[in-house]
Amino acid sequence: MTDTAENKGRRDFIVVASNTMMAVGAAAVAYPLINQMNPAADTLALASIEVNVGALAEGQAITVKWRGKPVFIRHRTAEEIAAANDTSVDDLRDPETDADRVQKPEMLVIQGICTHLGCVPLGQKVGEIKGDFNGWFCPCHGSHYDTSGRIRKGPAPTNLEVPPYAFISDNVIKIG
Amino acid sequence: MQTQNFKSPVVRWIDHRLPIFSFMHHELHEYPTPKNLNYLWNLGSLAGLALVTMIVTGIILAMHYTPHVDHAFESVERIMRDVNQGWLIRYIHMNGASFFFIVVFIHIFRGLYYGSYKAPRELLWILGVLILLLMMATAFMGYVLPWGQMSFWGATVITNLFSAIPFVGESIVIWLWGGFSVDNPTLSRFFALHYLMPFLIVGVVILHIIALHRFGSNNPLGIDVNGKQDTLPFHPYYTSKDLFGAVVFLTIFASAVFFYPNYLGHPDNYIPANPLQTPAHIVPEWYFLPFYAILRAIPDKLGGVLFMFGAIAVLFILPWLDKSPVRSGRFRPIFKVFFWLLLADCVLLGWLGAKPAEGIYVILSRLATAWYFMHFLVVLPLLSYVEKTRPLPQSISTPVMGGAAMAGSAAPREKPDA
Repeated sequence: MTDTAENKGRRDFIVVASNTMMAVGAAAVAYPLINQMNPAADTLALASIEVNVGALAEGQAITVKWRGKPVFIRHRTAEEIAAANDTSVDDLRDPETDADRVQKPEMLVIQGICTHLGCVPLGQKVGEIKGDFNGWFCPCHGSHYDTSGRIRKGPAPTNLEVPPYAFISDNVIKIG
Repeated sequence: MQTQNFKSPVVRWIDHRLPIFSFMHHELHEYPTPKNLNYLWNLGSLAGLALVTMIVTGIILAMHYTPHVDHAFESVERIMRDVNQGWLIRYIHMNGASFFFIVVFIHIFRGLYYGSYKAPRELLWILGVLILLLMMATAFMGYVLPWGQMSFWGATVITNLFSAIPFVGESIVIWLWGGFSVDNPTLSRFFALHYLMPFLIVGVVILHIIALHRFGSNNPLGIDVNGKQDTLPFHPYYTSKDLFGAVVFLTIFASAVFFYPNYLGHPDNYIPANPLQTPAHIVPEWYFLPFYAILRAIPDKLGGVLFMFGAIAVLFILPWLDKSPVRSGRFRPIFKVFFWLLLADCVLLGWLGAKPAEGIYVILSRLATAWYFMHFLVVLPLLSYVEKTRPLPQSISTPVMGGAAMAGSAAPREKPDA
C-alpha cells in the first residue's frame, strides 16, 4: 500500500473510529459495574411509614426510623414556635422561615441527621443537651440547631432536612 | 543481571529456564546497601512484616466472619470466644493495624528527615504516599466490619465527607452506601473491598521496592554511594540487622497483643451498632486523629474535607517543594529545627483530634493546621534558598573511617568469615 496523503487520511479514520467504538464499549461495560453499587430495587422500595402523633403531648418529641435514618417529630411549645418565628431570617446561614419548614406550626418533622457529617444530634430526650438555641446539638463536631432545626452555629452547612410527609388525618403523619 | 553458578543442579536447571534464583541472589543477597544505615532503616522491612501479618490473620478472620448487619457483631464475638485461638488472631489483626501505622509513620518521618524523597527517589516517595492512602482506606473499611457503634458512626462520618463535593456529593454518598444510610449493602461492599485492598498494597509495595532498588537506599549522610567501599552486601549484613529489628518489634507488638489488646481501641465499639444513637464522643482510630483534627479545624464543610485530603496531597508534591540540594537533615541546621517542629505539630494535631471540638482546642487545631501547611508550602521552599548548609563529607567511608580515609583508600570490605 502506498503511503499517499489519501491513504493516511483513511487510516486515521479507521484508527479514530475504532478507538471511539472501543471507548463506547468500555463505557457500556463500566456502567453496570459501577451502577450495581447504587441502591437496589428492594432498598428503593422501602415503604413509607405512618406515625400516630396523637399521644405526643406539648413539649414531647419522638424519633422514628425512616429509610434507616432517624426522623425527629417534636410537638413544639408556644415559646419554641415563637422563638423560631422571632429569628431574623437574614442572619441565618441557610435562610428559611419557620413557616416554610412546617405544615402545622406545633408539629415539627425533620430528619434527625446532622447536615455536616451525618451524626444524630442530641436534644430529643429529656435531659439531653439542646445546644445554644434550645433545639438540637450535634456532639460530633459541635453544630447547634434552633427550635426549627435550622443551623445556627458550628460546621454544618444547611438546616436539618424536612422529609416529604403529609398529615393523612389530624393525628397521623405519613412520611415518605 | 548475571546468572549465578548455584551448587545444586536442580536449582541450576530451574534458574537456567526461570532465573528466579539469580534474581533473588541479586536483589536480596549481593544487593549493595550503604554501610552507614542506622536503625531507622529497619522500618521498611518491618512494614513488610506487618503487611504480611495483616494479610495472614485477615484471611483467617474472613473464614469465621459474617458480613451481614444482623450477624457481623456476633460473629466477631464468636471469633473472640468460641473459635480456637480466635481471640489471638483477632487481637493480632486489630493491634496489627495500629503497629503497621506506627511503623509506617516512623518510616515516613525517617524519609522526611534524611531527604529520602529527593532526586532520584521522587517516584519511590510518591509510591510510598500512595501506599499510605491505600492503608488508610483499608484500615477505615476494616474498622467498620465488627459493626459496633464506632464502626457504624465512623463509617457514617467518613462517607459523609464525600457529600461535601458540590453538585454530585449526595449522589456519590448514596452510591457508596448502596442505600440511604450506612446499612447492609455498605457493610458487604466494605468487606469485599477490605479483602481486596491489601493485595493492591502488595502490588504498590512491589513497585516501591523496584524503585528503591534502582538507586538503592538513601543513607543518614544523604550523599550518594561512591563505590564498593561505601556499601555492604544486603545479606548477611542487613538481613541480620533487619531480623534483630524484627525481634524487637515483635516483642513490643506481642506485649500489646497479650497484655493491652484494647488499649488502642475504643470501648464503644463493643456496643452493637445503633443507627438511632450517635455515641456522645466519636473519635476515629488514633492513626487518623491528626487528619481528623485538620477536618474539624476548618469551620466549613467542603473546606475541612479539602484541607484534610490536602494534608496527604501535599506529600505527593514534596519532592518539588523542598529544592535544597542537600538531602540529610544532619547538614541542614535550620531545616533540622523545623523538622522537629513539624513532628511536634503532628503529635499536637493527633492529641487535638481526640479532644472535643470546642473552646481552646478549636483555636489550637487551627494554629496547628496552619503550621502543618506552612511547613510544606512556605518553610521548605524558602529554606531551599536561604539556608546555609554544613559541608558534606566526601564519601560515606570518610566519616566512618575517622576522616582520614579517602574514597579510594578506604579499608577493604570485611568478609563475613574474617
